[in-house]
Amino acid sequence: MIKLTVNGAERSFDGDPDMPLLWYLRDEVGLTGTKFGCGQALCGACTIHVGGTAVRGCVTPVSAAEGQAVVTIEGLSPDGNHPVQAAWRDLNVAQCGYCQCGQMMQAASLLTDTPKPTDAQIDEAMSGNLCRCGTYPRIRAAIHQAAGQAAPAAKGERL
Amino acid sequence: MIHDSQMMSDMLVSEPTTTAPTALANVSRRAMLGGMGALVLALSWRDSAKAEDKTNEPKKFGADAMPHGWQDDPKVFVAIAPDGTVTVTCHRAEMGQGVRTSIAFVVADELEATWDKVKVTQAWGDETRFGNQDTDGSRSLRHFFQHLRHAGAAARLMLVQAAAKQWNVPVSEVRAENHVVTHAKSKRTLGYGEIAAAAAELPVPARESVTLKESKDFKYIGKGKIGLVDNRDITTGKAVYGLDTKIDGMLYALVARPPVFGGKVASYDDTEAKKVAGVVKIFKIDAPEAPVEFQPLGGVAVIAKNTWAAMKAREALKITWDDGPNATYDSVAFRGELEKAARAPGKVVRNQGDVDGAMAKAKKRVEAEYFVPHLVQAPMEPPAAVVRIRDGFCEAWACTQAPQATHDRLAKKLNLAADKVRVNQTLLGGGFGRKSKPDYVLEAALCSQAVDGAPVKLTWTREDDLHHGYYHTISVERLEAGLDDKGMPVAWLHRSAAPTIGSIFAAGAKNELPFELGMGLTNTPFDVPNIRLENPAADAHVRIGWFRSVSNIPHAFAIQSFVSELAHEAGRDPKEYLLALIGPDRKIDPTTLGDVWNYGEDPARYPIDTGRLRGVIEAAAKGIGWGRKMAKNTGLGIAGHYSFVTHTAVAAEVEVGAKGEVVVKRVDIAVDCGPQVNPERIRSQMEGAVVMGMGLALSAEITFKDGRAQQNNFDGYEITRIDAAPKEIHVHLLPNPNFSGPLGGVGEPGVPPVAPAIANAIFAATGRRIRQLPIRDQLSA
Repeated sequence: MIKLTVNGAERSFDGDPDMPLLWYLRDEVGLTGTKFGCGQALCGACTIHVGGTAVRGCVTPVSAAEGQAVVTIEGLSPDGNHPVQAAWRDLNVAQCGYCQCGQMMQAASLLTDTPKPTDAQIDEAMSGNLCRCGTYPRIRAAIHQAAGQAAPAAKGERL
Repeated sequence: MIHDSQMMSDMLVSEPTTTAPTALANVSRRAMLGGMGALVLALSWRDSAKAEDKTNEPKKFGADAMPHGWQDDPKVFVAIAPDGTVTVTCHRAEMGQGVRTSIAFVVADELEATWDKVKVTQAWGDETRFGNQDTDGSRSLRHFFQHLRHAGAAARLMLVQAAAKQWNVPVSEVRAENHVVTHAKSKRTLGYGEIAAAAAELPVPARESVTLKESKDFKYIGKGKIGLVDNRDITTGKAVYGLDTKIDGMLYALVARPPVFGGKVASYDDTEAKKVAGVVKIFKIDAPEAPVEFQPLGGVAVIAKNTWAAMKAREALKITWDDGPNATYDSVAFRGELEKAARAPGKVVRNQGDVDGAMAKAKKRVEAEYFVPHLVQAPMEPPAAVVRIRDGFCEAWACTQAPQATHDRLAKKLNLAADKVRVNQTLLGGGFGRKSKPDYVLEAALCSQAVDGAPVKLTWTREDDLHHGYYHTISVERLEAGLDDKGMPVAWLHRSAAPTIGSIFAAGAKNELPFELGMGLTNTPFDVPNIRLENPAADAHVRIGWFRSVSNIPHAFAIQSFVSELAHEAGRDPKEYLLALIGPDRKIDPTTLGDVWNYGEDPARYPIDTGRLRGVIEAAAKGIGWGRKMAKNTGLGIAGHYSFVTHTAVAAEVEVGAKGEVVVKRVDIAVDCGPQVNPERIRSQMEGAVVMGMGLALSAEITFKDGRAQQNNFDGYEITRIDAAPKEIHVHLLPNPNFSGPLGGVGEPGVPPVAPAIANAIFAATGRRIRQLPIRDQLSA
């Protein structure tokens, strides 16, 4: 039995411990904001926070989250108004929007570590997150806009 | 991208004229406005279309010519609740172009609805009710802008009529504005919600009796101030894509498909696969008969209680494949075959003047060949669908660009009556043409059928997407020009060799169809006296399908690169040379160029306008500072292209590093797409087109060996990442305030000029010519 928290709620799972967190969250918990794009940690669509660190849910087995706090886009902020979410809306970053949950989770992690990132730091942190629509110029602008605005703690990250 | 049935009708169109057409039509704007020119154009269209026009009905264009045409019934598109909430139905697929937002505010503007009281709901697949729903070909606003305005304006009129009736005053004294109906004389008002029920009882007014707003009174149309209607759902993870559908009792499926197109299962052993916990069912899907069209490829399906179990079980299958006739397909060797084909005469698709004679007398001859590989759309959301069959009724939830085509094929596959199938359209996590083909929805239906109709979610992995795609064609474009003593071409020969999309509809088809030829080959508007265009035959060994911008990609890459090469031969500035080649401003009837398709639009209403082409080239050049002094190893390149009845140009600034690495520093893209309904989304589409165009220019390619795609995932199929994307993309929209005039496409026209502009900039920076995509490490040696 694996115990973990997802967006602050305690969960236990007695299925295949090798099941990636991506599929655990989507198929078992029913949280579909974490997206499937490649299954090989090559696109970042499944980016979530485990123990406060951005990881790729598609290659992280649920067993690795034992005792950990998992945060998904649904729990990034209590009201959906994390500075990156607000900036993403303000600049109309999304086109199809499919990759953007992963982009925002990665960007939120970047801003936690580096509150005022340079373009080079954005490249470094965000180059694992693909967007086929090509919204990169706006992603960059939105990160700059969100930078420095105090981010409220995510649900369940205040352990 | 175009609809299959549209394409099928295009396949019936006779060959474009191969005899010398009249000289390029030079129809002045005045003549056009005066009606005379339009008449002349219409007559010349009739002449050229006579051969295929067997019915004697007037040729239809635009939305009129699409399956199920258009609707403007306000009762179909607008609902007003008692609390005043206006719900607009969007009948086009949302895949990132912002159509749900644009359609809603077009209707809301004419309705005089207050934006914060407007909601959007998505139509299911039912073209009889909604009009054509095929979301491809850069057509949504082009075909439906005016009709949706009518729907909104008719709804507004009905509110006014209902209020006038209730107040017993003349309709002419009642106004509807900002969600309120007012009778000024008696100072009476009613909110939209208060009168909506009475309005709904009224007959829908005749289209002719509905007055549209004047564009000066628009509040949303053309302003670019409305944020995306799905912004909050997208940013909070609540947006539902095809892969996100949840149905009680849902099972999860994957299919192991033949690794070679045309192959089938010889035998399989599922002993180990069945041992995976959670596996429910494993069964074989038969390979389709040719032509493959949108049918599933066959293989072995695995249904399980979650996606992970299905993945593990599929991996544990032991399948012996019969690879079939394409088992030796090697795309590198095939390039050689295409080159051979392009070096010999092929089917003539346009012939003007005497190319051979002029070539023989030319001062100088230049020739070059350009190669573009297979590509795959790779939307971030791979194909996915949920299907349930209950009590003889099939319901699908799918990220499809073509809900009606999906509906029709489901009915046929399951042998159900049309009214026993419903296709619900989810958001699309990207489409780019892949999701115009509903093979994956049919797979989901077969899976549901195999488990007594239980709901099944069918997921394609990224490997599935790259290995079993509807690929962009593979092409060799050979160009030859004979130049006069000033370096301008007097003879132009272009051979385009590429497997055709027609091969999925007619097995063995070897020649490009009119719509492929009309994507920037036949309709190239150069002012050259002797032009011959040929299309040598080419076999297809994989499924060929629409990829955003389609045949415009290889045609524009070749032609716009070649123009830059000729400019160099002539010792002239590439931009000035390109403008000289386009020649004086004129409107050209595309049918006189052998283009009988013209994106399905009326050639009189949508001529090729070389003045507008010049306009975008000049705007892109001005934007990037064409002619400025460049640092070492840095250069500017330019390209202009007409596609989807929109004129677009790209200017790129590129730096090539010591190891041959290409950095695209800045891109200016200029677009003239007619009136701009949603300039904000036009900008975002152009930004995205630049990034996608860069990816296919620099790194993306699918190759085949032994019939098998060699790229497995995003490590092998490299699309642009943020660190490589240009730090500066500047979009220049050429103003056009005439909102009753024809709209151009937006989703696709941005892509084609990007690759040649980058290649031309590389030449300017290094003196090295790129004739093959992707560029990858070509400059490292």
